[in-house]
Amino acid sequence: MSATAHSVVQPKPWTKRIAAGAVVVYALITMVPILWIFMTGFKTPQDSISYPPKVVFSPSLEGYVNLFTTRSRQTPEYMASLPPPDSWYEELVRSRNMVIAGPSKFGERFTNSVIIGFGSTFLSVFLGTLAAYAFSRFKVPLKDDLLFFILSTRMMPPIAVAIPIFLMYRTIGLSDTHLGMIILYTAVNVSLSVWLLKGFVDEIPREYEEAAMIDGYSRFQAFYKVVLPQMTTGIAATAIFCLIFAWNEYAFALLLTSGTAQTAPPFIPTIIGEGGLDWPAVAAGTTIFLLPVLFFTILLRKQLLRGITFGAVRK
Amino acid sequence: MTTPSTLDKVADRAARATPDGVARRVRGLSDKAIAWIFIGPTILLLLAINIFPLIWTVYLSFTNYKANRPNRAIEWVGSRNYERVLSDGDIWHTLQVTAHFVVWTMTIQVILGFGLAWLLNRQFKGHSFWTTLILLPMMLSPAVVGNFWTFLYQPQIGLFNYVIGFFAGIDASSFEMLGQVNLAPWAIIIVDTWMWTPYIMLICLAGLRSIPDYIYEAAEVDRASPWRQFWSITVPMVLPFLMLAVLFRSIENFKMFDLVVELTSGGPGSVTELASINLKREAFEKWRTGYSSAFAIILFVTVFGAANIYVKALNRVKQR
Repeated sequence: MSATAHSVVQPKPWTKRIAAGAVVVYALITMVPILWIFMTGFKTPQDSISYPPKVVFSPSLEGYVNLFTTRSRQTPEYMASLPPPDSWYEELVRSRNMVIAGPSKFGERFTNSVIIGFGSTFLSVFLGTLAAYAFSRFKVPLKDDLLFFILSTRMMPPIAVAIPIFLMYRTIGLSDTHLGMIILYTAVNVSLSVWLLKGFVDEIPREYEEAAMIDGYSRFQAFYKVVLPQMTTGIAATAIFCLIFAWNEYAFALLLTSGTAQTAPPFIPTIIGEGGLDWPAVAAGTTIFLLPVLFFTILLRKQLLRGITFGAVRK
Repeated sequence: MTTPSTLDKVADRAARATPDGVARRVRGLSDKAIAWIFIGPTILLLLAINIFPLIWTVYLSFTNYKANRPNRAIEWVGSRNYERVLSDGDIWHTLQVTAHFVVWTMTIQVILGFGLAWLLNRQFKGHSFWTTLILLPMMLSPAVVGNFWTFLYQPQIGLFNYVIGFFAGIDASSFEMLGQVNLAPWAIIIVDTWMWTPYIMLICLAGLRSIPDYIYEAAEVDRASPWRQFWSITVPMVLPFLMLAVLFRSIENFKMFDLVVELTSGGPGSVTELASINLKREAFEKWRTGYSSAFAIILFVTVFGAANIYVKALNRVKQR
């Protein structure tokens, strides 16, 4: 069409095809480890450690059964004396000469991840929304210094913070509690939350609230009834970031929790079967743990992309 | 235009319509009061969980406190912990390992990330679908995924070894990524690159998209070669974005802990013992709280100082 088809603005079709090919190859290679996690979860322990690695295999739920149960090995005589199994998973376990001794801790650890993840996300978005609104609309003394202070708290290595937090929590009895972890993750996330949300509030025209206030709304009502509904996209994006951080966090969870409040990341590597690691069970746990993040990432990719590139674009 | 008198009337009517109690409680608050009520909790939380612990760490770094013996009297030892840290060969080794890790991950990720962004910017069909696929690894938990990578790296049964062995024509059990002194540093670099190249890519993509078309069109009119356009337009305009991405990732990798703990926990020997892993060992296994606090402060000051110098350089690049 145009006489001066441009190389960058309007790439030639063949360069597009080469670019697409290279990107697709890279994307497929990076997907292999994730697919392998998913596949290993459905293998039997024997299949998972076969050589060469098996791509085609007959799927089994043994990994998932092993993930959620603890089992004990029994003598053949004892096995023969048992009444017939009353469920498919019991049958599966008995085919390995074992009986189910009880549920494993995975369910508990996963629930802890959910409680701590959602609790801290709610708090950091709540605090972040209020602070972002105030920083965006009011003349706050030392505003730039405060904003920089809020951001700089993210530069500290987690282990450096963990030493005094460990001592502090031990003194006031917050170690290994849900509340302690929620407070800690909120403190880590709130800086990101304030910065991201301030960007979203800045984009809402002040005239909206001013009009509402002329109509008799108080400042607080104007914030609540006019600004807040406009912020929902921003709040959703910020919440996803906070949730993913709290969900994936490992260092604090490892050092500050051991039992009641332990989240899944420090627990999953400790899933041990007979004779070393039970890889299908580990893969099953990893799959269950990764699925929510994969789901949210694909569902909210536009908002996520905005959040990731936010810092670089704004500065 | 509304005259002030009608405005007043509207305000009056609205004021009368608001229930008395609410009006006194809510309307009575000045903007300044609301500002502090809104910001206060955040500042308090950060003071309690970030600043207070930092000050406490500074204090501890001047004492001989041991966290596993809380009842022992705390002795002030002056700068002895700092002198010990700085004259400790292990610490210097740890910092060297960290520097090696940061430099190599950043070099590889910048090349790969910029390359991918440059290709994606061609806007071929389906580019947003492939972008989403590529960014998946960076959303996952480094500890949980790192743990699974130890399976991929198994010498006989691991997929990684099989694939490398297959393409290089060597035996899959002839090398151990996590067990060999010369390979372990690369094992952690490979996983970090797999996870975080997408981040550099996304920031570069934002940079590429920020270049207005007319600049290229003007260059085309001036008959600038594509090579010339790349080095005189694309690279300088993306550089500030790229440098910021490198800053963020360098800080994160300098603090790197979770991924490497699960992959190698510093081994074999101490060839992958990054600063944070050493710090954790000193603080929570040897319980040398004072000593490790001093090391933590040195690390924090290093990151903070380096970041500030870097930001100055970045601003100079931007002003060009």
